[in-house]
Parts: sequence; structure tokens; C-alpha cells
Amino acid sequence: MANSMNVHEMIKDKRQKSRRHKLEKAIPFLLFLAASVSVVTTVGILLTLIVETVMFFSEVSFREFFLSTEMSPLNPSNPTFSILPLLSATLLSTIIAMLVAIPIGLSTAVYLSEYATDRARRVLKPMVEVLAGIPTIVYGFFAFTFVTPVLREIIPILDRTNILSPGIVMGIMIIPMVASLSEDALSAVPNQMREGAMAFGATKFEATVKIVIPAAISGIIASFVLGISRAIGETMIVTIASGSTKNLTFDITQSMQTMTAYIVEVTSGDAGAGTTAYYSLYAVAITLFIFTLSMNMLAKYISKRYREVY
Amino acid sequence: MEYIDQKDIQKRMPKRLAVNKIVRGIFFASTVFGLVVLAILLYDVISDAYGWLTWDFLTSVMSFDPANAGIIGAISGTLWLMMIVGPFTMIIGVASAIYLEEYAKRGRLQTFIETNISNLAGVPSIVFGLLGLTVFVRILGFGSVVLAGGLTMSLLVLPIVIVAAQEALRAVPSYLREASFGMGATKWQTVRNVVLPAALPSILTGMILAMSRAIGETAPLIALGIPALLIPLPSSVFDSFTVLPVQIYYWTIDAALEAEYLFLAAATIIVLLVILFILNSTAILIRNKFQKRF
Repeated sequence: MANSMNVHEMIKDKRQKSRRHKLEKAIPFLLFLAASVSVVTTVGILLTLIVETVMFFSEVSFREFFLSTEMSPLNPSNPTFSILPLLSATLLSTIIAMLVAIPIGLSTAVYLSEYATDRARRVLKPMVEVLAGIPTIVYGFFAFTFVTPVLREIIPILDRTNILSPGIVMGIMIIPMVASLSEDALSAVPNQMREGAMAFGATKFEATVKIVIPAAISGIIASFVLGISRAIGETMIVTIASGSTKNLTFDITQSMQTMTAYIVEVTSGDAGAGTTAYYSLYAVAITLFIFTLSMNMLAKYISKRYREVY
Repeated sequence: MEYIDQKDIQKRMPKRLAVNKIVRGIFFASTVFGLVVLAILLYDVISDAYGWLTWDFLTSVMSFDPANAGIIGAISGTLWLMMIVGPFTMIIGVASAIYLEEYAKRGRLQTFIETNISNLAGVPSIVFGLLGLTVFVRILGFGSVVLAGGLTMSLLVLPIVIVAAQEALRAVPSYLREASFGMGATKWQTVRNVVLPAALPSILTGMILAMSRAIGETAPLIALGIPALLIPLPSSVFDSFTVLPVQIYYWTIDAALEAEYLFLAAATIIVLLVILFILNSTAILIRNKFQKRF
């Protein structure tokens, strides 16, 4: 073939090949740059949070932030900073949410994986998952304008903004997540185990509780932990429906502010850059970040470490 | 046979079967619980919005007077936001996925990037808002404009796009790649002409789901300082803007001052839900119609 090519053509061919070669070399590098965007994002998050948090703790002591009980960052004469009121609100709303999401989510998972016919599952599962696609702002509206008034009919001492109603609604939002992850874990349990239990005369319920759930327990617990992480980080529902009172209390009928709602209040408020209130934002955010990150890693660890292999 | 007390078993059987039946009912009720709440939620929103969701409402600019207020500003702001989020996440997300699936050597670096992406997916959205506020609004000095909002939202939904694209690429069977190599194609030619077209429907499905997440997110944009009151519509990426969820947020809060704002918020929610419904159905349609089975 080479003999039939004149010199001119050979040069052209060689040039084309080297250009193609350069492109082949450049592409992986460009793709790597794109992939590093997500790493840069993480570094960016860590840097912003850490730098400004250091600024915050140069003005406010650890002791005040973690041990005092008063939080009034915008008080002009004597601003105080304590994360405890925000923590109590976050903790309460998360507990309430999980009290709703865990039993209902797990029951849904058991029904879909153990009891439902194929046809029922095909209809019900996507319908339950619609709940996860609803924007949190819509849930916030629902908690504030519907759930709270209804609850106030039952519990008259409930504040107009309170932690109970957003907690419940947050739980409803998390149901599909717990249900779908737990269902995955349950369906991964091999059928022989169910059949074995039933061959010994167990009812479906006994087989589920004594054999299937224990076999899937790591995946189920991981789904709970991820649900907790989601509840800690959820923002709009609590911002709208739980109010902005920085209250260190465990009374769920009162108005309280969570960590996420505090971040929204300070960023959308008048705390100018450089004030202590502004820096406190980052100290709260890094606490939130550490909580959710450790929950997510814990979930991953549980599902990996305790996965039963069949 | 004497190990088994037949009589005892016979006696306990009806109770055990009854328990099974009862819990089956409870489990079913739990499954339906979510759907009931969904129905109540929709009923609540629709009854609040009834009469307020008019053509004038969709096409008017924002106003303090509830009777004249409209959401054309929020609708156009949402479209502007998507014009940043769409191309940015598509290019960066798909390129990241191609790198991780086709080019990266299996090893520490790849594991590190993948772990990083899955951790990023679990970071609360408000933290992304703080990142955007610090980096785009303050340090780079964009202000609370479309560009800052779009980039923040892009970073937020990027993990969704990358993971979806990775799964799509992984589903392309290796014999297609091998056939392409066998024909003398280079790596990049194979990726561009064979692998990407085969994975495109699933990638698009993931893209649309990421977009609908970005359209519904509120917290990061509020942290960026996106206003609710916007009279002139944005005409470039350096203009300030507002979006539907932010509009809903401020109207819901302001309902304490003027009760009519509540109805405006409900009407805006319906518009938002209709947009999300259309996007999600499109994603499902693409998945069902165009996804080839290899």
C-alpha cells in the first residue's frame, strides 16, 4: 500500500495521525479536569467553613459556644452565641421525624417486599416515591398552613410555630427513602431462607420478623441512619414551620430554631460580612456538616461491614 | 413424634394466623399512609389556590398588591437558572463519568474521587448555599445574580448527574467497545461514536431528574440572598433574579402580614408541581421508550 502513496500523501497522512494522537493524549486530561470539579467543590466547602469558623472562634470562646445556653446573635449591646438551643431543636425535629419515618417506612418496605403481589408493588412503589420528589418548600407550606392548624385543634397549647409539626412532615418526606432502601435490603435476602422458615410452619409474619428482617438488618439500619442525616440537614420545612426563637428546651409545642434554619435566617438577614453573627453562621454550618458527614459515613460503614453474604 | 405436641400446635395456629392477617393490614395501611398524606397535601394546595391561578397571575410581574401580583419574574428566573445548570452539569457531569468509567485506572485516585462524589451527594443543600455565598457572591463578587445561583445549583446536582451517567456508561456492553476497537477506532472515537450514543437515553433521564431537583431546591438560593421582589425581568446571567420556590417561601412567610399571600403561594406551588410533573414524566418516557436493551 505504501508504494502506491506519493510523498505528498504520506506527509498529509502523517500529520493527520499526529493530530489525532495529540487529541487522544489531551482528552483524558480534559476529562480528568472535569472529574476534579467535584473534588475542588469539597475542598471549597471545607476551606470556606474552616477559615470563617477560625475567625469566629477568635472572637467567641469554645466554652461560650458549646456550654452557654443563650443565643441572641443580633442583640446589639450584648450578643451571645451558643449552639445548644439550635442543637436541641435539631435533635427534637430529627427524633420526631424518625418516629414517623422509621415505623411507617419499614412497614411499607415489608409490605412491598414480602406481602404485595408483583402487580400491587408495580403500582404502589412509584406512588410512594412521588413523596420524595415533592420540593421541601411545598412540605413547609403544608406543615405551616395545614398540619399546624390541625394539630392546634388537638393540642391547644401548641405555638403557631412549633417543632412538632415540621418534625412530623419531615418524617413523611423521609418515608420513601427509608422504605426504598429497606426494601432493597429485604429483597436481597434469598428466597430459600423464607421458604425454609415457611417449611418449618412459620407464618409469613414470623418468617419476616425472625428470618428476613434479621438477615437484612444492616441495610435497614443504614437506611435509618441516612434518614437521620437527611432530617438533620433538611432546611425549608423547619425554616417555615418551626419559627426563629432560639429556645433551649425539650418542649415540642414551642417555637424553636434548628441549625439549618439559623443559617437561613442569618444569610437572608442583615448580618453584614465581618460581624461576629456572620462568622457564627460558619461555625454552625461546620457543626451541621460534621454531623451529616459522619452519619453518611456511618451508614456506608454499617451496610458494608455487616453485610451478610449469601 | 412425641417431641411435637400436635394439640398445642393446633391450638395456637388460629392465633398465629390471625396475627399474620392483622399485621398484613397494618403494613398495607402504612404503605397507603403516604398516599393519603399526598392526597391531603394536593387537596390543601389546590383549594387554597382555587381562583388565584389565572392567566394574569402567570404573566404579571411581582406586585405588593396580591390582586395584581404575578410570577412571570419567577418563571423567567427559573428558566435563566436552567440555562446555566443544564449545560454546566451536562458537560462536567458526563465528562467526569467518562473519565471515571472509561479512562481512570482502577486504583486509589478513582476510589478517592468516587468516595468524594458520594459524600458530596449527602451534604445538606444549605451548605452548598453557603459555599455559593462565600465563593461566588462575596469572593468573586458576582452578587446575587443568575450566574452565582446557577453555578451553586450546578455543584449541588452534579453528583446526581455523574452517578446517573456512570451507571449509563456501565450498562453499555463491552462487546460494542471491542467491536469499535477491532475496526481500528481509537479510544476517544470509540467513546464518542459508540459508547456515548448508546448511553445517551439513560444520561438524559438522569439529567432531567437533576434539573427537576434544581428547580425545586430553595435553601441554597435563599442563602445566596435571592430576593422575592423582582420587577424587571433578568436579561443576562449578570442580572438579579428570583425563582418559583423562593417566591413561595416569601409569600408563605408574609401570609402572616396579609392573608391573601397564602393563596398566591399555593397558586405558585401548583405551577411548580406541574413543571416538575412534566419533567419527571418526560424522564420516565425517555427511559421507557428509548432505552435499548443489549
